[in-house]
Amino acid sequence: MPPTQQPDLPPVDGRTVLDSRDITRALTRISHEILERNKGAQDIVLLGIPSRGVHLASRIAAKITEVEGAAVPVGSLDVTMYRDDLRLRPARALAPTEIPSEGIDDKVVVLVDDVLYSGRTIRSALDALNDIGRPRAVQLAVLVDRGHRELPIRADFVGKNLPTSLAEKVAVRLAEYDDGEDGVTIR
Amino acid sequence: MTTYLIKNAQPYGAEPTDLLLQNGVIAAIGENLEAQGAEVVDATGLIALPGLVDLHTHLREPGREDAETVDTGTQAAALGGFTAVHAMANTDPVADTAGVVEQVWRLGREAGHCDVFPVGAVTVGLAGERLAELGAMADSAARVRVFSDDGKCVSDPVIMRRALEYVKAFDGVIAQHAQEPLLTEDAQMNEGELSGRLGLRGWPAVAEEAIIARDCLLTAHVGSRLHVCHVSTAGSVEIVRWAKSKGWNVTAEACPHHLLLTDELAATYDPIYKVNPPLRTAADVEALRAGLADGTIDIVATDHAPHPHEDKDCEWQAAAFGMLGLETALSIVQHTMVDTGLIGWAEVAERLSSAPARIGRLADHGRPLAEGEPANLTLYDAAATRTVEASEMASLSRNTPYAGMELPGRVVATFLRGKATVLDGKLA
Amino acid sequence: MKKHLLSAGDLTRDDAELILSTAAELRSLADRPIKKLPALRGRTIVNLFFEDSTRTRISFEAAAKRLSADVINFSAKGSSLSKGESLKDTALTLEAMGADAVVVRHWASGAPHNLANAGWSRSSVINAGDGTHEHPTQALLDAFTMTRHLSNLDGRRIAIVGDVLHSRVARSNALLLQTLGAEVTLVAPPTLLPYGVETWGVQTSYDLDAVLPKADAVMMLRVQRERMNASFFPSAREYSRRYGLDARRMGSLQEHTIVMHPGPMIRGMEITADVADSERSVIVEQVTNGVAVRMAVLYLLLGGSEPALTTSEESDA
Ligand SMILES: [Zn+2]
Repeated sequence: MPPTQQPDLPPVDGRTVLDSRDITRALTRISHEILERNKGAQDIVLLGIPSRGVHLASRIAAKITEVEGAAVPVGSLDVTMYRDDLRLRPARALAPTEIPSEGIDDKVVVLVDDVLYSGRTIRSALDALNDIGRPRAVQLAVLVDRGHRELPIRADFVGKNLPTSLAEKVAVRLAEYDDGEDGVTIR
Repeated sequence: MTTYLIKNAQPYGAEPTDLLLQNGVIAAIGENLEAQGAEVVDATGLIALPGLVDLHTHLREPGREDAETVDTGTQAAALGGFTAVHAMANTDPVADTAGVVEQVWRLGREAGHCDVFPVGAVTVGLAGERLAELGAMADSAARVRVFSDDGKCVSDPVIMRRALEYVKAFDGVIAQHAQEPLLTEDAQMNEGELSGRLGLRGWPAVAEEAIIARDCLLTAHVGSRLHVCHVSTAGSVEIVRWAKSKGWNVTAEACPHHLLLTDELAATYDPIYKVNPPLRTAADVEALRAGLADGTIDIVATDHAPHPHEDKDCEWQAAAFGMLGLETALSIVQHTMVDTGLIGWAEVAERLSSAPARIGRLADHGRPLAEGEPANLTLYDAAATRTVEASEMASLSRNTPYAGMELPGRVVATFLRGKATVLDGKLA
Repeated sequence: MKKHLLSAGDLTRDDAELILSTAAELRSLADRPIKKLPALRGRTIVNLFFEDSTRTRISFEAAAKRLSADVINFSAKGSSLSKGESLKDTALTLEAMGADAVVVRHWASGAPHNLANAGWSRSSVINAGDGTHEHPTQALLDAFTMTRHLSNLDGRRIAIVGDVLHSRVARSNALLLQTLGAEVTLVAPPTLLPYGVETWGVQTSYDLDAVLPKADAVMMLRVQRERMNASFFPSAREYSRRYGLDARRMGSLQEHTIVMHPGPMIRGMEITADVADSERSVIVEQVTNGVAVRMAVLYLLLGGSEPALTTSEESDA
């Protein structure tokens, strides 16, 4: 058989759009913006959306503590059972929901996720919150906003706006969760 | 009456020859026979066997005509190669009087597919309490010689002793369903590794073996004749072997399903595999085959037990015991005994025809394929294979455990006193 | 996971661990103001009980309702003596009603298998106790309760004591606990151990006092007094003396050892009141955990387009 021309495939790991230092800088900026917007850390509760959102929330909480000197409550909010595509795939394992002991009633809940895309995960998260309590306000912080929203949802705090095509895949790696270094790649 | 000239059949699987069936007898056997006006049956490649005799058939009539009738049951028998069946007594009413056995006998004659020899109940209503009128049944038109409470065990040792003694007067035989009732209360399957796991009440081998041992000793003591129905365990084979070694007049039967199927099938909880006695282990199956090969077990009997769909399409515990057997018996025997090299076709004829006829004291069945003998025979294609279809059974019921299985062999023709009951594998 | 939960033996270790970890997440729901999740909205779950068991039915009902499923309770009378309502006809009715899952309790061993395999219905079938066969969700809640007190069950010694012969709880636990790595010892008089138990892969003992000091958990099974009428043991008094758990025997347990009972208990027969009500007893907790475990089973079987995959699969946002 004649040798066939191989099409130009992107490298498996994709193109790095944020490296470890970029991510740290972005989270620092988001932390400052959260404090600025809410005039301090008072009443703030950070809820990460599993899996990577939880680690991002912890990092932001640490940064806020560093700046403010006081600990800010942080937890996790699993949205699996609230997803609108629950029935489209085999039943999925649940991730932990850990609500800080202070609760969320009358607090400012900042939801934290790694990538904002269709907005459906955030809609699920709002429904989930609704069953847990009544926050004074809900804000959203994401590391990457890749566009292509399917619902009227926007982020309050964005690490990086990343224009993508629908065919592309954005991958976030965090040292605590994935192997190796922090990084955001696109392919 | 049609004269049949069977060309190139192999009696007992031996060299091909021709057989002329005329006026109810085998008029001639030999090569290149000719007969004016005879209907010629090309039997090239077919084995000729004496018509099979079943010592253990449930025809269900009277009482459960929704499961089987004498007519449909004997059709199934003919298609299975049988020319005689013994109809068990556990009908409704029970065949415990001359009247009932004569009725069944007459129904068999009217149907005409094969001879029906009623089995008489040992005790009134199968209740195990007092003897039925055994002598009246023996003297009736049905000429009963085999007596059995089958479905129930004659468990009372005194009643069993009396029955064995009493039938000596007319050369009868007691066919015992060996099942100690107290050891098998609500029992559902073989007691073994699996019954404990499946949570189904166990049916210990000892419940069968203890009765067989007792009955062999009783038979020896009173000098009578015992036939052991559906031997299912290796221990039972041993006991029968021992009894025979003493010269006691004990015969035994094995059922086709016990020669092939094992208790592992109960793990499906599909009641199609629920049968009495229960399917046992692979070791028991081996022992039964060996016992049948060496003659410890004299015969194969079907224990053909039709049940309507609703009695099998339910929970295991609620389901009826029993499976169909007539239409698959010869195939199962070929598969388990002949194709495995354990016995040849002459022994098949002995185990499925001559011996059961002897035990039942039938004069005109189980006779050798020889000139002047009654023309009761079957032509069997051992080279054929077929996939069993429950819906194609002639039996009114569908409870065959072999549905979907590929089995060897096919009954091509059956002749009862020279009259074809089956031709080309179909009812004639 | 398979489509049905018929036997604890059908669960792989991954399946079992997924159920337990899911139950752990769902247990926290009990502490929330709104004890309801939307995962099974629009699903119909039928509780089909051919045998009375208010406890089990209520537990399944609460589990289904907390997941927003519609619940239909169908109690069909009938026993092994009076055949009563036919399982098949009932199944056909439920099929016509569009049941997504049938939780079945039945006096006949294997009835859930018939329901799942006879082609009468397409629903998922969950065995809520069949005859003397199995009760897999009870075993799951027992294992869940144990993991909360003993963490990992690997190498843990579990003693199951009493009428193993007639116990579906014992069968399911023997299978599941072994899958989870525990060492199971069945303790009973020889008459109450099933024939062939030596092939189950468990230890057996006739001597409770020898087993107790090594056990990490002791599960006492209900023993019906009527069994003595069938000569399984000579008298209730002799049974209690040899196999009952009383304060003296409890004293021989290790510090951390827990005492369990699937209920309903016969105080004074297999367990004394002071033991049942002691610190070590987790009997009440077992009931609480039952709801969480049954929620987990229902969610994992019915929450998605098909039952949960237990081959590890990365999900991304
Ligand atoms: Zn029988």
